[in-house]
Formats: sequence, C-alpha cells, structure tokens
Amino acid sequence: MHQIKCPWCGIRDEAEFSYRGDATVQRPAPDSGIDAFNDFIYTRANPRGWHVEWWHHVAGCRQHVKVVRHTMTHEIHATGKATDKLEAPSS
Amino acid sequence: MRYSGLKLFLQGLSGHRGWTQAWRKATPKDSYDVVIVGGGGHGLAAAYYLAKEHGITNVAVIEKGPIGLGNTGRNTTIVRSNYMFPQNHHFYEWSLKLWEGLEQDLNFNVMMSQRGVINLFHSDAQRQSFSRRGNSMMLSGIDAELLDRDQLRAMAPLLDLDNARFPIMGALLQRRGGTARHDAVAWGFARAADQRGVDIIEHCEVTGIRREGNRVVGVETTKGFIGAKKIGLAVAGNSSRLATMAGLRLPIESHVLQAFVSEGIKPFIDQVVTFGAGHFYISQSDKGGLVFGGNLDGYNSYAQRGNLPTIEHVWAAGLSMMPSLSRVRVLRQWGGVMDMTMDSSPFICRTPIEGLYLDGGWCYGGFKATPGAGWCHAYTIANDAPHERNKYFTIERFSEGRMLDERGVGAFPWLQ
Amino acid sequence: MSHRLASGGRIDRAKRLQFQFDGRSFTGHAGDTLASALIANGVRLVGRSFKYHRPRGILTAGAEEPNALVGLRDGARREANMPMPAIELFDGLTAQSQNRWPSLDFDVLSINAKLARFMPAGFYYKTFMWPASFWEKFYEPMIRRAAGLGEASRDPDPDHYDAVHAHCDVLVVGSGAAGLSAARAAGEAGARVILCEQDFELGGGLLLDPRHEAWRADMIAALGAMPEVTIMPRSTVFGYYDHNVLGVIERVADHLPTPPQHVARQRYWTIRAREVVLATGAYERLIAFPENDTPGVMLAGAALSYVRRFAAAPGRRAVLFTNNDEAYDTAFAFLESGIDVAAIVDVRPVSARAETARLRGLNVLSGSVVAGVSGGKSVERVSVTKRNGSAPDIFSVDLLCMSGGHNPAIHLASQSQAKMEWSDAIASFVPGASKQRENSAGAARGSFGIPIAAREGAATGAAAATAAGFGAAVGFTLPDAETSPRTPIEAFWEVKAEGKSFIDFQNDVTGDDIRLAHREGYSHIEHAKRYTTHTMATDQGKSGGLVGAALLAEARGETIPAVGVPTYRPFVTPITYGAIVGHAVGADFNPIRRTALHDWHLRNGATMMEAGLWMRPAFYAQAHEKGDIWAPILREAKAVRQAVGICDVSTLGKIDVQGRDAAMFLDRLYTNTFSTLAVGKARYGLMLREDGIVFDDGTTSRIADDRFFMTTTTGNAARVLEHMEFYAQTIWPELDVQFCTISDQWAGMSIAGPQSRKTIEKIVQGLDLGNEAVPFMGVADATVANCPVRVFRISFSGELAYEIATPAGYAEPVWEAVLAAGKEFGITPYGLEALGLLRIEKGHVAGPELGGHTTARDLGLERMIKKRGDYIGRVLAERPGLADPDRPRLVGLRPVDSSKPARAGGHLIETPGSSQSLGWVTSSNQSVELGGWIALAMLSRAEHWMGKRLYAAFPLRKEMVEVEVTHPHHVDHENVRVRT
Repeated sequence: MHQIKCPWCGIRDEAEFSYRGDATVQRPAPDSGIDAFNDFIYTRANPRGWHVEWWHHVAGCRQHVKVVRHTMTHEIHATGKATDKLEAPSS
Repeated sequence: MRYSGLKLFLQGLSGHRGWTQAWRKATPKDSYDVVIVGGGGHGLAAAYYLAKEHGITNVAVIEKGPIGLGNTGRNTTIVRSNYMFPQNHHFYEWSLKLWEGLEQDLNFNVMMSQRGVINLFHSDAQRQSFSRRGNSMMLSGIDAELLDRDQLRAMAPLLDLDNARFPIMGALLQRRGGTARHDAVAWGFARAADQRGVDIIEHCEVTGIRREGNRVVGVETTKGFIGAKKIGLAVAGNSSRLATMAGLRLPIESHVLQAFVSEGIKPFIDQVVTFGAGHFYISQSDKGGLVFGGNLDGYNSYAQRGNLPTIEHVWAAGLSMMPSLSRVRVLRQWGGVMDMTMDSSPFICRTPIEGLYLDGGWCYGGFKATPGAGWCHAYTIANDAPHERNKYFTIERFSEGRMLDERGVGAFPWLQ
Repeated sequence: MSHRLASGGRIDRAKRLQFQFDGRSFTGHAGDTLASALIANGVRLVGRSFKYHRPRGILTAGAEEPNALVGLRDGARREANMPMPAIELFDGLTAQSQNRWPSLDFDVLSINAKLARFMPAGFYYKTFMWPASFWEKFYEPMIRRAAGLGEASRDPDPDHYDAVHAHCDVLVVGSGAAGLSAARAAGEAGARVILCEQDFELGGGLLLDPRHEAWRADMIAALGAMPEVTIMPRSTVFGYYDHNVLGVIERVADHLPTPPQHVARQRYWTIRAREVVLATGAYERLIAFPENDTPGVMLAGAALSYVRRFAAAPGRRAVLFTNNDEAYDTAFAFLESGIDVAAIVDVRPVSARAETARLRGLNVLSGSVVAGVSGGKSVERVSVTKRNGSAPDIFSVDLLCMSGGHNPAIHLASQSQAKMEWSDAIASFVPGASKQRENSAGAARGSFGIPIAAREGAATGAAAATAAGFGAAVGFTLPDAETSPRTPIEAFWEVKAEGKSFIDFQNDVTGDDIRLAHREGYSHIEHAKRYTTHTMATDQGKSGGLVGAALLAEARGETIPAVGVPTYRPFVTPITYGAIVGHAVGADFNPIRRTALHDWHLRNGATMMEAGLWMRPAFYAQAHEKGDIWAPILREAKAVRQAVGICDVSTLGKIDVQGRDAAMFLDRLYTNTFSTLAVGKARYGLMLREDGIVFDDGTTSRIADDRFFMTTTTGNAARVLEHMEFYAQTIWPELDVQFCTISDQWAGMSIAGPQSRKTIEKIVQGLDLGNEAVPFMGVADATVANCPVRVFRISFSGELAYEIATPAGYAEPVWEAVLAAGKEFGITPYGLEALGLLRIEKGHVAGPELGGHTTARDLGLERMIKKRGDYIGRVLAERPGLADPDRPRLVGLRPVDSSKPARAGGHLIETPGSSQSLGWVTSSNQSVELGGWIALAMLSRAEHWMGKRLYAAFPLRKEMVEVEVTHPHHVDHENVRVRT
C-alpha cells in the first residue's frame, strides 16, 4: 500500500489518510461567475501519469499533505505541505 | 454461423472442426460513416444497434487491445434497474428489458440469470430511503418488493440477520435483477455486429482525434489515420484521455475498483445480495465461485490494481453479512479503471464538438447498462440527438445544476 | 502399508497417527502430509474433475495440487477444496473427497465424460437458449447445482485470527538454498530480516537431496542464532502490493486438530520491507498426452518428494517421461528405494544424464514419447513410441512420472510490476527488470540446481542488505558447484496423438480446447483463457498454464513470448476471509461509540438503537408499556410539550474555533453571518457544499471576540471538520484561525418544555435565567452541582428549552441534578424517537430532509442566506437547475384520515392511478399536539399545492393515503413558545 511521507509525521500507511483529489484546481475569486466555479468543482484533467493531489492525514496530524503521485505506477515523487509548490517530474 | 444445441451435437460427432470465427479480424478501411472507439461491451453494443436499428453498417469498432478485456471483462456481473430517480431507472429498465431478450437476439448464450437482487437495510432511516427508491420504481412500473426478516431467512439462510453490530431489518428486492456472463456479452455483441457487416479492429490504439474547425473528421491510430463522419467514444475508465485528444475536459476522475472471486464451492448463495452497513455485494457464479466487491480504493488510478486496506474493509463487511464465509478461501483479486463522475451518473450524449459522441462516466455500474447504453448511444449517433431515455445523461447537467446524485454524496468521486 | 518404504524419509516412524478418508481408516506418521500418507497406504483415486468427473489422482507434492482436493474436518471447522499435499497430518484427521456422488469410485456424473465430445470448451455459449424460458427454469439451476467443488461449512467459525504488522530491512520469500543463503547473508550484515516459508519445514529443494542435509541444518542453526532474523514457517506470502508492502498468511494452528486455547488459527501479516528477495523456487510443468490425467500419472519432482521426504512410494513399477535432465533425479531415487524403473522416455535424442542412467543399468529410450496411458481409474499400461510415431512399446506399470520442465515461480515478481522475459535456456519465463525494490534468486529466476541457487541467494541477500544501508560480505560456505555435464531442456509440450490430452486437470481443459478457441477467434491468451477456463481453477495453472500458452502459440504460428501468459494476480495461494478480517467480526465489525451517559441510560430502562456508530436511547419504556412501542414515545413527547423533558444530545459534533480571523472564517463557511454575532449569543447556521447543496446545520455560539463554540449534526461531525480543514489549510491558509474537535470532550443535554426554566433555575448557579437575562439564543457559563456548565437557550423541539453542556466527566452528576430538580414538574427522560416526533411537529429539517440533494430554498431557509459576502456554495447555488422555482420544496402533510400514516419513503401523486411522482414523504410521525399522523415532504410546485389534496402512495405496501398539503410547521408557527 502507498507509504506516504507526511511532512510532520514521517512515512505513514495510506490507511491513515483521507484522499481529497486534484490539488491543482484553485478556488476562483468570489466574483468569477458560475463557469469558473463549475470548473473548480467538476472539471478535471484526470491524467494517466503524474498527479498532484491532496491526502488528508486524518489519523495523524490532520494536515492536508500535497502529494505528487503517478496514477499508473503509484510511485510517489514528492510530498509537501499545503502551501509548498510541488511539480511533477518532467519525464 | 448459427448456434444451437443441434449444431453442437453435430459438430461433436465430427471433432468440432467446423466452427468458424466468432468475429472477423478486420483490417481497417480508409474511412467509415461511424467509428466507435472502445471494444468493450458498450462499444460493441453500439455498433450492433447502429446496424440493427438504424441500418448503419459502415461502422468500425476500434479497440486498443483484445475486445472486452477492460471493465467489461472485470466487473462483478450484476444486472438490475433498481435506481431511485426516474431519469435513471427508465434508462436501466430499458436496458434490463433488452437483457431479457438478448440471448435470442444475439444467438449467443450470455447466461443471464434473473435470480434477484437483494439490498439489505439495517435502520429505519435506511428502510425509508430504500422504500423511497422501491416506491419510485413501482410507480414507473418496475418490479420491487420489501422483504421482512422471515422472508430473508427463507431466501438466503446464510445471512446473519441478528448481526451483532448492525442487525438486518429487512431488504428491498428486485426479482428481475441478477447476473450475466460478462465475457459472453462482449463476444455475443461482437459476433452479432460482425455478422451485420461491422468491422471490429483489435490491437489498434487511437492516439488522436482529428478535427476540421469544430467537426471531427477521423481518428489517428497506431494503424494509421481512419476517417470518420461520426465518432462515438465508449472507453469508460479512459474517457478523459480520449476527450483530451479532442480538446475536451470532462467532470470525471479515474479510480480503481477491486473485485474478487473465491474458490468454487457448492451452492452457497442464490441471489445477488448487497450489504447495507458497509460497502459489499456478492453473488455466486455458475462455476461456484463467489464473485464479490465493495468500495473504491479511493485515489485516482489507471493501474487496475488496488491495495490491502480496501481488501480488509470489503471482506470485513462480507463476514459481517455472512459469517460462514470465514473459512472459505478467496482465489484471486483484480481491478478495473472506473470513470467516476461527479454525481455517480453516466454520460450518453453529444459533446460540444460536432460529430463526437460520448458514452462514459459509468462509475462502477456500467455492466448492467451494456445493451441499453449501446442502444441509446447508437440512437444518439444516428439522430445527432439523444433519445428520451438518455436525454438527462449530458455533460452540461453539471453547469445547469441538474445533477443525478442518487446517494447525495456530492462532487467527491472517491467517496462514491 | 506396503507402499511405505522401509527406511529413509523425514517422517517420525515412532509417532503413528490415525486418520480417515471417505470413511475408511488409515495410519500415517508425524511428518506426513495427507497426500503422502494416502500414497503410503496405496490409495490412488482421490478426486473427480470439475466438468467431466473423470477419476483423478495426486499430481503434485504442494499447494499447487489441482486434483486431490478434499473437504477437511467436519462440522464448524470444515473447509472445502483443501489440497492434500498441503495438509499436515494430525491424529484424528478426517477428510472427504469432493465433487462426486455417491462415491469416488462410482460417480453418477461421470456420465459427463461419455458426453465429453458434446461438451467442449465454451459449449454453453452455443446452446441452452431454447426454449427461452428453459434457461432460467431448468438449465441454469441444474448447472448451478453441479457447480463448485467442495461444500463450505455453514456454521460460525469457532477459530479466531490475528493481524500483525511488521517492518524489516530485507524480506526473503522462500527457504530453499537461495532463500537460506540470502537470509543469512543479509542477517550477517546486520539487517533486520524476515524469512517466510510456505512449507512446514525449511529447505525447499534441499529436503529432497540428502547430500545437502548437513548444510541445510547448519544454515538454519545459524539463522536461528541471529536475534534480528525472524523465521516464519507455514507462512505464504500471498501478494506484492505498492511501495514494497506484502501480505502474508501464517498458518499458526492448521496442523493441529484444533488451535490451542487463546491461540489464533492463522495470522495475517502486513510486512513493509525495504528490500525483498524472491527465492520462491519453480513449479514443474506437465506434458500433454492422451489420458495424462489417469490416477498414477504424477509430476516427476512430486514423486521424488514422496520418496525422499516421506518414504512413500507412489507406485511399484514406473515409467519416467521427460524433456529435461532434472527429472532423472527421480529415477535415481527410485533405484535407491527399490521402485522398479521400466523405462525413462526422453524426448531428446541425446542427453548426458541419459548416458549416466544407462551406466547405472536403466533403460532409457531417447528421442521417444509416451503415446498413451490406459487403465481408467489407475495406470496399468503406458505406450511409448519414437517421435516419428513408430510402433509402440507397451510397458505394464502402475506409475508414470512426467516432467515437461520447470517454471520459475514468478508470481510475486510479476505482481510487483516487473515484466516477464522469455528464456530459451529453460523454455520458460523469468523475471525482467525490477520495478520495485526486489530481486529474484535461484530457481525463481531460472537458475536450477542447489549450488547455483545458494550462490545467487547469497549475492542477492548481500546486495539487498547493502541497499538497505548495511555493509555485507558473504562469510559462510556454500555447497560445491556441480561439475557433471548437463544437457539443456528441449521445449516439448504435447504428444500429437488421438485422445484427451489435458492441460488443466481441474477444469478439464485439453489441447484440443485451445485449438478450438483459436479456430473460433479467441486467440488472445486472455480470450483463450476465459473461453476454455484454462488456468482459472484453484491452482491457477501452475502446472499447465505455460503448456496451454505454448499450444496457442503453435496454433497461431507465433512464439510463446508473443502470446504471453495470463496476468498474474494475488493471491499466490488462496487465502481465507477470516484471516484478513481478523478481529473485526461480530460486534467488533465497527467501533461502538457511547456517550458519557450510556450507562445511565442502560440502568434506567432505555431501549438503545444504532445511530451511525453511536448507541443512543430510542425511548425509555416503563414496565406497563412493554410490548407497545408507541406508548413510551408518545408519553415522552407529551411530557416535553406539556411539562419538561431531558434528552442526551452529546453526540452532536462540537468544534472549538479560535483566532483573530475565526469570525471571518465562519462567515465564509455559513450562508449567514457570524461576525455580527454578539459575545454570549448563539445563532443557527446553515452550511452548504461548494456545489450549493445544503451540507449541514448547527448552532454556533460566540464565546469571545476570537472564539466560537460550533456544533454540527451527529452524522456529519467528522465530515464538517474535514471540510473546514480543507478550506482553512488549502484555500485560505492566510487566515489566522485554528480549530479542533471537542465532540467527545463535552456532554450535552437538552432540557425542553414549558417547565424547563423553572427546573434548571433551581440548580444553575452564577446565572440569572430570566427571559431577558438569558434571552432566546443566549449563551452563558455557570455551574450546576459544582460542575462547570455552559447554558444555551436554544430549541429543537419548538418548546421553551435550554441545552446544558458540561465536560464529559461531569455528565452524570449534572444530569442527575437536573432530574432531581425537575421531579416536581414530572421531568421525563426522552429518547431519539420522541426527539424525532417533536422536531417533525415543529418542521425542523434533519437527515431525511437534508439528504445531499436539497438547497436552502428547497428547505424554506432562504432567509438564512446573506446578501453580501462570499461563502462556500454561493455561486453554484444559482445554477438554473438549483434555482428552479418548481423544484421540490419542504411542506407538511396531514392525512385526511389522520389515523392513517403517510409513511416516509412514500411518493406524492395527484390521483391514485398516476405514475408521476410529484415529491416524496421524508419524515412521518404521530403528533402529540394535534393527535393522529403528520408528515414532512418535499413537493414540486409546493405553492400551487398548498392547502390542496394529494395522495401519498406506498406501492411497496399497497398503501394509498389521501393527504392535505400544509405548512411544514405543524406546531407554533410563530415561534412564540421558544421566546417565552
């Protein structure tokens, strides 16, 4: 099972986390209109490849961890705090 | 070549050397009127109904591997129409009616078994919720029944009615629901479509969708460019990837769903049963193996395999429902790629691109929809407009605020 | 026991064990398996195949056995489909053969074998379709009754199972020469090592070669002396998962009649390994030739095992059929034990071992094949021809050992996502480049022979230790390399001759079936597998899978690697549900949550009910009310409306929200405004999901400028907290706000009714409870019975009411104090049922109305939506589908005949014959205020229907109830009572 390195707690089993989906979508400014909010909530790149996503460490520190993970191999490239800028590897 | 018991007998006398290929291994033409991308049950069914219902036979089904080995070859084979919203159950009921005549229609035994689908409930709130669904079905003329504990005990004696944690109060039953042999469905539709002139092209992967302006003109593939006036996408699990080729982004996340089969044992359970206090559903195949599954692993994945925590949760729900499973051994686990939408309901629709149609977003409920989706997808393609039965299954329903979210979970695919 | 060899073997001849097979009694020894003991007793016929019910004998000496499957034990511990060679014999063991009636010897369904020509692979797809109704009524039930092999127990499992978690530096799978060497090399480097072995004895192939016994014993002793090495026999590594996590089942007590008291029957291990060494050995494969399924046909390596490990002779006179050198070991072992070798049939024209065998006096027929077997239920004659099909030699024998080569056991490597590569040298697949931190050694990567396996194991183990950060050099002796010449295997899969040549024994799949599949176009390996069911039996093709692939390749005119083999999936060997679930059974399936007042409820006659994971009191029936559910519910609700009641509401979610931006954060969470809330006041808050749908509601109080006490519904407590954490951490991290759950830290009780103020006035200290002092929606701290409390004037029931929250440890004294104070007013504890009745009367929405589908407008809560300022859900709530005025909205229902319920789950229709649902009944209850039944419902075009009549249809119960559509607040519209 995925072993996820929480920045605060160290390497923990996936079972300690709650998944929260695509971390690249940004909440639009409040006056952006319905289309922007639709995209925020519904439209997804859904790549077969590197994915930047949220894992919420609910059984630990309860922080949202940002994770760069490959959706085909399940390899984890990097993890970080919510405000860290993480990017997929160029390959 | 027609199949029948007599043919089987005669061939048996001569060593079975006379059987012909179930479908031609066609080489692609330069172009077709319709290209269906995806040779699973849905794509093959769409091709079949295009030919049968609309006389459109200049059709190719393009499949990147061998047909029917995606989700069609991996599901837990459940067939039912017990949905709550009329927008859903009218569609699934149409599909169920097609299932009921499918063997004769295709001249292929898909081993449809209407053995009943039982949904257990464990609380008053659940009873009310299931009743709302059952009453909704009955108003639309679809069969539904409430079962009490005594009836459950008689039908499925191995259920733990006095479950120590969540006693079973009763169940909603759809007698006409059941199972079918998933591989047979793909092969049956392939053969029937092929017999009507459809080209089935395997081991040919679509790598691009070519457009002129806002209209499709064909697909780029590993076997070259194939022209098409219309393209229907039936690649659930990979809908986002194909849509991206046409410059479209969809409200879909791909997730892994695991499924399992036990060793073959003598008859143990006669119906399809779903647990109400944990995500678990089970039936017994005609070879005796218990086929079962539960919830998603809960993270985006195209890997078609999952991990241990989900196994533990799913099997625990199974043991809670039927404690005598404890010493039964499970043989194999696998996974599929689910097209999870943001309201757990599907798409059979036109897209913003002229000539491009979508049959996808099936979450983990696509198998039962196979004939109905093929039929509706074919209709939508032939008429460039949806039928009554699939008119709600649009991509636009999200921007319109007309979601079909039966369980009320919201836009969180990993929770569905 | 004339088949027990007089000497040799590893059994304990001093310990005799009694056992039963199909009701007959036999004797065996400690150290036997059920298979070896039956062989020693001369038993041959042990099973019947799935489809044709052909007689079957023991094929292998391991868990990969496809034929000899039994029902083991009786009663509650009975298990189906147990492979005999994997059952350790114990005294009193009972086993039943399967899939035959009435007996193994005379099986009625063996008639299938006579009809076999009409039942090839896939025959059922072509028939059973006519007449249409017969499939369901007749054919399918017949097929289902005949399906399956063994009968599972229907009784509760008396055994229990444990779960264990482990971390290690190096996990070694398999304890043959390669595995023992790898474990010792890694262990001596200082790594923490776990060594898993499926068998009950360590050693793998070493157990079959007495020359290496001393080395084996020395290695095991050395490993046993290392404190950081854990040795796990009887442990099957069943699956390789992401990130080097593997699952293992340890069979702790399966070799005993019953587990000792308090000992788990099996343990499920989750092992997180830095590095993995796969020393899993190899499986021998069969050769397809006519009647190769006759009892007495056995794999050569299996026969070697029976003779060397168990001193059991599978026959008295044998023919050996091989295409490789390894199988000759069996012939030499037979020579030493007095089993007559009539002939060795070697398909290869020359081989070094053939020469050696001839020098030892054995009859070797080179360039020859076995053309057929006769005997039916037992081998009697074997016919041998030259490869060009010359006139046959017939041998009268009772044993035929076949060996088509060896397949590295690559299951775990494949599951770890390594691709498989074809090796011509061994005519089989070997693991390719690793994708996870693993490496294979020995036979598992195609290196056959003890000395080379030991060498590879040592090197791989040392490398694994180094990769894990431990320096390593191999410092122990290894067995000498073999010097005798070897001739390579010649790939050989099938003898082309008339008759049924099996490639899958359990599912009765023959070479002809594969060719039929190809003829019909099921030519991809996965199609051929599914069409013929080849490799889909309990052994998953370990003995015959590659043979089927080879025959398919032949039919297609392609190479075997081009065809491939079906995907390897967990589980390497089947595993029980029980082991995986462990102790999460019965009442422990899910945790039980109890409030601080749980014991009080039980002592005071509460009938408890599940509410999610919580146990809550449904009602408190008094002695005279037993048997009448409604009596206590109505009594409790009446008490609240007319006097005073007390209810445990501790399960509500509670969140402590602090920080300079706490108020701003709440403004963004809720549809209404909290920054304007004064300190000491509470406000009902409505929370939406970002998609505009109502998510949760609750009462939030301002304790200080920068501190709020937030509540949520019981069911959504965890989800609301996660929602808040998501927004605060990822969307608005700039906000200075902190919060945490305090749900379990506070107990809460609702004291409701016209006498509620008079009741608590008597006991609340430090607070004036006059109407103006603590107005409706006021909050203040105080004490009761010397316990700190927080008093809220809020009401769910619609009556004058207060909630008292207290730290959970003080719950009982505070509760008791309120009861004592309220006694004179007739205070009544009330449960969830009465709570529900009261809120339905008042038209307060709860779970059934919220449902995840409704908007604020749908619920009549539009007044709660602020006009200015951003909040979650604001924008998407305005989507046309959600703003549609014809959407179902909350209404009340009053049955025209109020003695009849309009049940929740019913649908509203215009006339009794109508099929169009206009809405649905969400909540239904009797009314103590009005008498008779009332309900709440969601109804389309509610304004149009207000005051008119509809029908509540419940076709599931054949009920049709005429109802009048009313305002949802059946009681006290103007909210006068709560403001008293």
